[in-house]
Amino acid sequence: MRADRVRLLAGMALALWLVLPLVPLAIWSVAHGWRFPDLLPVAWSFKAWSHAFSASSGVLHGLGQSMLIASVATALAILVGVPAGRALGLYRFRGKQLVLLLLVAPVLVPPIAIAPGLHGVFLQLGLTGGVPGVILAHLIPVIPYMTLVMAAVFGRFDTSHEAQARSLGARPWQVFAHVTLPAILPGLLTGALFAFLVSWSQYLLTLVIGGGRVQTLPLVLYGFATSGRNDLTGAIAILYILPGALVLALTARFLTGRAPGLAP
Amino acid sequence: MMLELRGLTKTYPGHDRRTVEGLSLTVPQGSLTALLGPSGAGKSTVMQMIAGLQAPDAGDIRLGGKSILDVPPERRGVVLVFQNAPLFPHLTLAQNVGFGLRMRGLSAPVVAAEVAAMLERVQLAGLGNRRPHELSGGQVQRGALARALVLKPDLLLLDEPLSNLDAGLRDEMRALIMTLQRETGVTTVVVTHDQAEAVVLADRIALLLDGRLAQVAAPREIFARPATLAVARFFGGVNFLAGRVTGGAFDCALGRLPLPRGVADRGVADRGVADRPGTLTIRPEAVRLGQGDGALSARVIGTTFLGTQTRVELSVSGQRLEALLAPEAASALIPGQLLDVTLPTEALWLIPEDQKHG
Repeated sequence: MRADRVRLLAGMALALWLVLPLVPLAIWSVAHGWRFPDLLPVAWSFKAWSHAFSASSGVLHGLGQSMLIASVATALAILVGVPAGRALGLYRFRGKQLVLLLLVAPVLVPPIAIAPGLHGVFLQLGLTGGVPGVILAHLIPVIPYMTLVMAAVFGRFDTSHEAQARSLGARPWQVFAHVTLPAILPGLLTGALFAFLVSWSQYLLTLVIGGGRVQTLPLVLYGFATSGRNDLTGAIAILYILPGALVLALTARFLTGRAPGLAP
Repeated sequence: MMLELRGLTKTYPGHDRRTVEGLSLTVPQGSLTALLGPSGAGKSTVMQMIAGLQAPDAGDIRLGGKSILDVPPERRGVVLVFQNAPLFPHLTLAQNVGFGLRMRGLSAPVVAAEVAAMLERVQLAGLGNRRPHELSGGQVQRGALARALVLKPDLLLLDEPLSNLDAGLRDEMRALIMTLQRETGVTTVVVTHDQAEAVVLADRIALLLDGRLAQVAAPREIFARPATLAVARFFGGVNFLAGRVTGGAFDCALGRLPLPRGVADRGVADRGVADRPGTLTIRPEAVRLGQGDGALSARVIGTTFLGTQTRVELSVSGQRLEALLAPEAASALIPGQLLDVTLPTEALWLIPEDQKHG
């Protein structure tokens, strides 16, 4: 009983820690005049929300751009990360440590340190100012996450199942679809979720490579936040958090093997 | 179908020694052959090459008279059941057994009917909806066997099918394999490192030592007539007497022992001389105590009770010999005791000198 209660309290504390900062944002988004030291706004309004959803604010466009870029980056990361992770997880080869080091490098090196140089390279290649260039830039931090997750997944993978399936009459693509994929799916979803969110929360690389012409949601959000529109900032921030929370809720079952919630 | 291996050779990259070297072996149609050898002898590699999961460096694999080297594993008509062939964990038992049939594109009702019939045969009827982790070790092994047999393969390869089972389950599984093999008549090769298992299970034993085929024979034959010293040792041979063959008898430390007809001629065809060195061997269970024709005087060194038998160590003219006796026959023996032993002529076997190290 006691342990249960402690666990429940700890869980609630953690939940509050994560949720509390969102509360003022949520209030801001529906406030019409909210000044210190008032505990609550003097009046309520959905003006910020209706403006956020109007075409002129650019929020919906930003949402679409973010969705497109993060989805394509994730798909490309899966295409690269699954075979690369397999090679890293299953085989010993010359230079493996170096490959691992290079993979971790983008995670260790702050984007701000590489952004100027990257911009120069992309400029020469004519990749600045467009969505393809931004996707390519996002892949720099996204692919390592995906690959490292898949390397861990394949590190625990037993290839004898694949050989057994082959001997039972499965063609190579059937082996992948019926044996390999089901085995790596939970890890693949974890990796994809990470990949999506890394791209989704990317600000600097989008700004530098997109040159302001690719307006993803964080760029739109930052624009409003710096111009003092607290109500719109609150609304966009909520929109910005939503996909991640949604994907997490949908995949939690795969990731942990149980439904979301505090109770087991 | 008849399986023929011809000069099969395989070296893994980065290894100096060949894993399998020039292996030639014929497995007759419908036989249950054991591929026996200590771990690291290359048995599993041979199986994977037959199944098409590894490519040999040299040699040919023929099934039913046709080379299958260029046939991909899924179309060879060969099914290999892996040693660590637990069922696919994400599928139920029935889905596991139906896996190969589904991969062939058979319709769901056909698969279901075949699977149900097969589960019945391996005594797993009614467990089809269970997941592998809800099955016992024995049930998993039977499921793996069913998953292979349901495909009606031309050749069935079983890699250590009994190694993960407890003693009781092992006997049960061995009996099931023998029964199903007899009923289906499927040509079967079983890999094992356990000579006792091979002797009980198989009608032919192919002994693989250091990647080479040491001998192929029926279990009784390989026990009584080992081709080389290594074969004799692998099957528990302990009594080896060095000497020379002259005129149908063997001269050694124990004196002149007459050899059975046929045995004395072993190796003569190769050498063409009647006087040549060789090693005489006799199974420890063939050594008799007591007086008889050509009895030798022996001293007891010690006895070890082994459960069903007692091992008696003897010294005969300074030569160490071991005898395996029924425990009651050996119960009165004490170290230092002098007694008579007989080496029955028909139990003597000769290993020619040039095959000592084969």
